[in-house]
Amino acid sequence: MNAIMEKQPIATGTVTAKPLVTMRDVGVKFVTRDRTVHAVNGVDIDLAAGEVLCILGESGSGKSVTMRALMRLLPRFAQVTGRIEVAGRDVVAMTEPELQEFRGGDVAMIFQEPMTALDPVFTVGRQIAEAVERHEGVSRQAGMARALELLELVQIPSAKRRLEAYPHELSGGLRQRAMIAVALACKPKLLLADEPTTALDATVQIQVLLLLRKLQEQLGMGVIFVTHDLGVAGEIADRVAVMYAGKVVEEGPVGALMGGPLHPYPRGLLGATVHGNMRGQRLTTIPGAPPSLETLPKACAFAPRCTEVEAICETAIPEPRSPVPGRMARCFKV
Amino acid sequence: MHRLPRSSPPPAQSACSPKLHAMDRVFRRGGTALAKLVAMSTSNAPAEDRGGPAQPLLILKDLKKHFPIKGGIFGATVATVRAVDGVSFDVHKGETLGIVGESGCGKSTTARLLMRLLDPDAGEMVFDGEGVGQHSQTGGMPLKEYRRQVQMVFQDSYASLNPRLPIEDTLAFAPKVHGVSDAEARARARDMLAAVGLAPGIYARRYPHELSGGQRQRVNIARALALQPRLVLLDEPVSALDKSVEAQVLNLLVDLKEKFGLTYVFISHDLNVVQYISDRVLVMYLGQVVEMGPVEAIYDNPTHPYTQALLASRPSMDPTKRRTEPPLTGDPPNPINPPSGCRFRTRCPHAEGVCEAKVPVAADLGGGHLAACHMASPGSGHSLARRLAA
Repeated sequence: MNAIMEKQPIATGTVTAKPLVTMRDVGVKFVTRDRTVHAVNGVDIDLAAGEVLCILGESGSGKSVTMRALMRLLPRFAQVTGRIEVAGRDVVAMTEPELQEFRGGDVAMIFQEPMTALDPVFTVGRQIAEAVERHEGVSRQAGMARALELLELVQIPSAKRRLEAYPHELSGGLRQRAMIAVALACKPKLLLADEPTTALDATVQIQVLLLLRKLQEQLGMGVIFVTHDLGVAGEIADRVAVMYAGKVVEEGPVGALMGGPLHPYPRGLLGATVHGNMRGQRLTTIPGAPPSLETLPKACAFAPRCTEVEAICETAIPEPRSPVPGRMARCFKV
Repeated sequence: MHRLPRSSPPPAQSACSPKLHAMDRVFRRGGTALAKLVAMSTSNAPAEDRGGPAQPLLILKDLKKHFPIKGGIFGATVATVRAVDGVSFDVHKGETLGIVGESGCGKSTTARLLMRLLDPDAGEMVFDGEGVGQHSQTGGMPLKEYRRQVQMVFQDSYASLNPRLPIEDTLAFAPKVHGVSDAEARARARDMLAAVGLAPGIYARRYPHELSGGQRQRVNIARALALQPRLVLLDEPVSALDKSVEAQVLNLLVDLKEKFGLTYVFISHDLNVVQYISDRVLVMYLGQVVEMGPVEAIYDNPTHPYTQALLASRPSMDPTKRRTEPPLTGDPPNPINPPSGCRFRTRCPHAEGVCEAKVPVAADLGGGHLAACHMASPGSGHSLARRLAA
């Protein structure tokens, strides 16, 4: 466990001028014979080393597609445009062998459903050791030793015994920890987490969130965390980017954004989320439903559901505006 | 079809091709749970209140449901899942009772027992003063009558609708089974659609796949209300919905309750939603009720250590108040071999010898607030018992 800590260069104090992740005007289009879906339409994201960014959005907002574009995990019929750089390397231009080195080495990902992300026919220890052997070329024995360290790192009780366990023998919380251990096997600079706590129970969710935050601080990783839950974002994020219809509509530090959103969409989302004692109050809702993305939006995509809509909102796409340094919102009224 | 009575009207699309008809039969055989829900009963007037306002609408006494696990070459029972193990509670008329708990605590099994989609192994159910499942001549209520007065909304809005029926036909199906004429059932279906906020002119002839998740859940609510029930069981009705849609559906549920004078049993793992909608709350852990009481008592003054931990596990919406230590460690244990004594003792920070030896009885804390914890009952032998009781 300590060996891992020492090997890892401490990135927290040495935030370089160059950001860990740069995404510029990234678009993802799914083209099939029947239709074209514009899932992501011009996303700009920056992430500094050692920073936690939450991408918040409802289903269909393009948050998971953005993450998969970052790791080039999208199917062939997806057309990705724009510039994606991770740790100074151009992800779009990478060849297949380079990608294999890149995935798991520089960037790792954890998923919502650990049961489908882990291989059911191999033990947990084997799966972690495999990643280490593949990327670092160490022996099988050394791989297993590292697997044990990693299971201890993610606080799995009686780790030695659990090395020999198959995924179905573990509970939901332990399985998710095992998946985190696989992701951390090669000390990635960037961890992508796609709703990793959504399927977990309340008392287990908070354990996994606290563990992720602790590991992020210890290892100095950059983390992009996709979630639809405002509470989860409040618990783990440094910065939050809110996505709607394939665009980031608002971005800013977590405290400021949750305290007073600039864009009407996150404002509506905050009002619609039941929290604290709201008994007897009528919940504010966002009327209607998100737009279909089969045609590229020509105006503000949120205009049809917005309560503060004006004439200009229905004719032009709002450019990002930054009324306060460090905050951004795509809205004409900001 | 085989579960429906012979006198039931032919299915709406019997004029379809024989192949489609056969497929429909297959679907319905698979969907026996739904068929059971709508099956039987002849009267269609709204049921009257019998016991008066003070009589609880539903009383459950010591309900048990154990599932055997078969194994070995002879299929012997090797273990038993004690999904619901001695649950007793009342549902009062006109209230919303929230049931919370983690996965495996038995909350969904409880819902299925309430609906009688599962038969309890032991225990008693009394609906408005009449024993459920007993013959009417002995003062009981036959299941067919019970199921007309109790309806259910499921979590998965797509799986609980027939994909081959336009939603108008889905809504009219149950009333027609109960003897309402086709024209009237359709008129009622359109009224119900309007009541849940879907314009009948636009949506009545659509199929489930043409609706969004929120709209489908509205249809499910309309389907449950089409029989004019008195009690509606809502099993995680908003868990699969996005937040903005969730708020719309919660508002709708509040409106419908007032409009039709309904009683709800609302099952969810989302503590915030349960707090918002419930009058009383019941907390379950490993097949048993650990705490029960008015919503303010549970949320402001949780007494059982499990309830306290559950409430403390909610992510705070305020980034300045992040917690550093998880309130509980580990996962909920497997309900196959629950711990002896108090089932929470393996994760409880206050566990002592007495917790292992004795099953805690529910201690009355006043105002209908009950907690099944040795610390809450004076004289239980737990070192913290007296202090809490005083």
